[in-house]
Amino acid sequence: MKEKTFSRTHLLILGLLSILLIVVLPVANAHGYISNFQLNTWGKYLCYAMLAISVDLLWGYTGLLSLGQAMFFTLGGYMFGMHLMLMIGRLGSYQSDLPDFMVFSGLTTLPSFWQPFYSFSFSMLMVVLLPALVALAFGFLAFRARIKGVYFSILTQALTYSAALLFFRNELMMGGDNGFTGFRRLFGAEIRSPEVQRWLFVATGIALVATYVFCRWLTRSKFGLIQQAVRDIEARVLFSGYSAAAFKLFVFVLSAVIASIGGALYVAQVGSINPNAMTPDKSLEAVVWCAVGGRGTLVGPIIGAVSVNAAKSWATQAYPDLWLIMLGAIFVLVVLFMPRGLVGLPAQFAWAGRRINAFIQERRGRRPNSDDDGNDGGDDDSGGPGTSRQPPDPPTEASAMSDPVPADPPGDPANPHARGQTEPPLTPAAQPQPRRTSADPDPSTP
Amino acid sequence: MSRQPFILTAEGLNKSFAGFQAIRDLSFYLDIGELRTVIGPNGAGKSTFLDLITGRTRPDSGALMFEEKDDLLKLNEYQIQRLGIGRKFQTPTVYTRHTVYENLLLSLAGSRGLWSSLFHRTKPAEDERIDEILQVIKLSDRAYDRAGSLAHGQKQWLEIGMLLAQDAKLMLVDEPAAGMTDEETHRTGELLMSLAGPRTIVVIEHDMTFVRQISAGRKVTVLHQGGILCEGSIDRVQNDERVIEVYLGRKSRARAKPKAKPQANSHAA
Repeated sequence: MKEKTFSRTHLLILGLLSILLIVVLPVANAHGYISNFQLNTWGKYLCYAMLAISVDLLWGYTGLLSLGQAMFFTLGGYMFGMHLMLMIGRLGSYQSDLPDFMVFSGLTTLPSFWQPFYSFSFSMLMVVLLPALVALAFGFLAFRARIKGVYFSILTQALTYSAALLFFRNELMMGGDNGFTGFRRLFGAEIRSPEVQRWLFVATGIALVATYVFCRWLTRSKFGLIQQAVRDIEARVLFSGYSAAAFKLFVFVLSAVIASIGGALYVAQVGSINPNAMTPDKSLEAVVWCAVGGRGTLVGPIIGAVSVNAAKSWATQAYPDLWLIMLGAIFVLVVLFMPRGLVGLPAQFAWAGRRINAFIQERRGRRPNSDDDGNDGGDDDSGGPGTSRQPPDPPTEASAMSDPVPADPPGDPANPHARGQTEPPLTPAAQPQPRRTSADPDPSTP
Repeated sequence: MSRQPFILTAEGLNKSFAGFQAIRDLSFYLDIGELRTVIGPNGAGKSTFLDLITGRTRPDSGALMFEEKDDLLKLNEYQIQRLGIGRKFQTPTVYTRHTVYENLLLSLAGSRGLWSSLFHRTKPAEDERIDEILQVIKLSDRAYDRAGSLAHGQKQWLEIGMLLAQDAKLMLVDEPAAGMTDEETHRTGELLMSLAGPRTIVVIEHDMTFVRQISAGRKVTVLHQGGILCEGSIDRVQNDERVIEVYLGRKSRARAKPKAKPQANSHAA
């Protein structure tokens, strides 16, 4: 059946969770039920969730595995960080109007491109604008050249790596490898104070809920249908008259902005940012969150980001040396056994339950309930690109009559060479010798 | 002397893949409203020809014009689609993870822009059109099933439905009958014949019963080794020496004189 963007139950759960995030947790914190540290940690997780959603929008819904999302996240952090650095004022160690690292590198006047960042609104504008422009330029070139699949991933990885190298340089006047730290004030208030941190948590909660609602609407619109068609069979989309490149570019820019907003909120709550945050492995971590939660679901990446980072917080204290091994193991296990991630587990269990049930009934000598497992089992709308787990389509008459065409066409609808061999012989007269023409060229050809 | 412009003009097309000449000096003219059947043995270049028309591959040389005013070689796939050229692929190529309804919705004629897709609301007229098409392709009861769960023949129907939804001026239909029952095949033929006239259709087929059905009183083009071997009515074509040689009677003749087919490369006048 046609689905609404938000069903009633969906709205109810969403509303309750939003109230929990935006009202209950901060109020509980204000009354001392939740420690400042805990609230701050959760605020950090929510920022990561924004990053994970941006990965999901690209990877889960559009089939673009971008390994550059950490760069956009960090860029947002830097743009807001510039404002926070200037707000330190004379409270820094050198008691200068300039940020400490500039004094340290011998500057006496503020570089001109720093000037506008005294304004909070300008800084916010740049949080949105700079990543959008970078994504627009990069995406335009990449998608126009029809760079796809693993090549796109490699390119985005190179992009984030080169950005990290750039920000490591002191000459950029962005703090070099120390980045920004030591923030003191936001809107004239002490930034580390519980009140400011609480409001930042609320802002993060609102941003996350708004992002989720927007993305949910987007992926359920006709745009979303086209976006997912690009993911499944990009070549076909072109022959339906849609410019796949334009759709990919839009999603790429949008994801960059979402990641960037997450990064800006992250910096204010964590209190520092440096170029290490944009190295490719940080992007890969976000991909793992997305996979663990269940890509192509929007909810999954949020769950994934929170759960993996909670595990990380625990493991880096309990077993600091083992964390990366655990992370790798989690990723491998998820890829092998949970193609739809945590979100897909109930459906997977239901499917397994039905199979076991059918098996038991068969052993008892009764016919199993056949229409249960003939079609794709627990496949709901949350199915990410992990289609490999779907049972194959039921055999058709066509495949019965020695038709070598697979029931489900591969991603590339038809390549002229492969097709020559898959033409089904329908009449005895047309019994072909397809390779003949190419194998032995016509002797009469001059 | 005034004449109707050709809807499709192909002149001197050449295309080779890594040394294999898939299309060889092909010239092809199609009148508006025609239902043209293209036959030919495997590897004759039929599908490659459609690839050239739809912008999937570029010819090495030659000219391709639509309605004698749009140069197809200057346009890409989606621009060509927007001119009003629709295509059904040889292996049914539908959006398997979308529902049948969504497949048709995405194919429906109308704006293809990004912004309009963002704020698109399905109008009653669109729903009516989709229902109509669903009835024609007999998939009304499967409208909200995933296209991937359809049988092969049903996917063929769905892709034909997508072509209908698109309302193209020129429909390129690659092996519509593959995987269909005799009865379905016959119905496909009826459908295609009913569409010809207001629309121009090119059908590629192997099934000779089907070809005979849809080409009665119409022109058939035989492709061989990337060029046109012969053109004319189905009876003429089937009785043509060269056609029998390379295609219809290959089995018997080919065994008798395996390599001697000197006239295979000379084109029909």
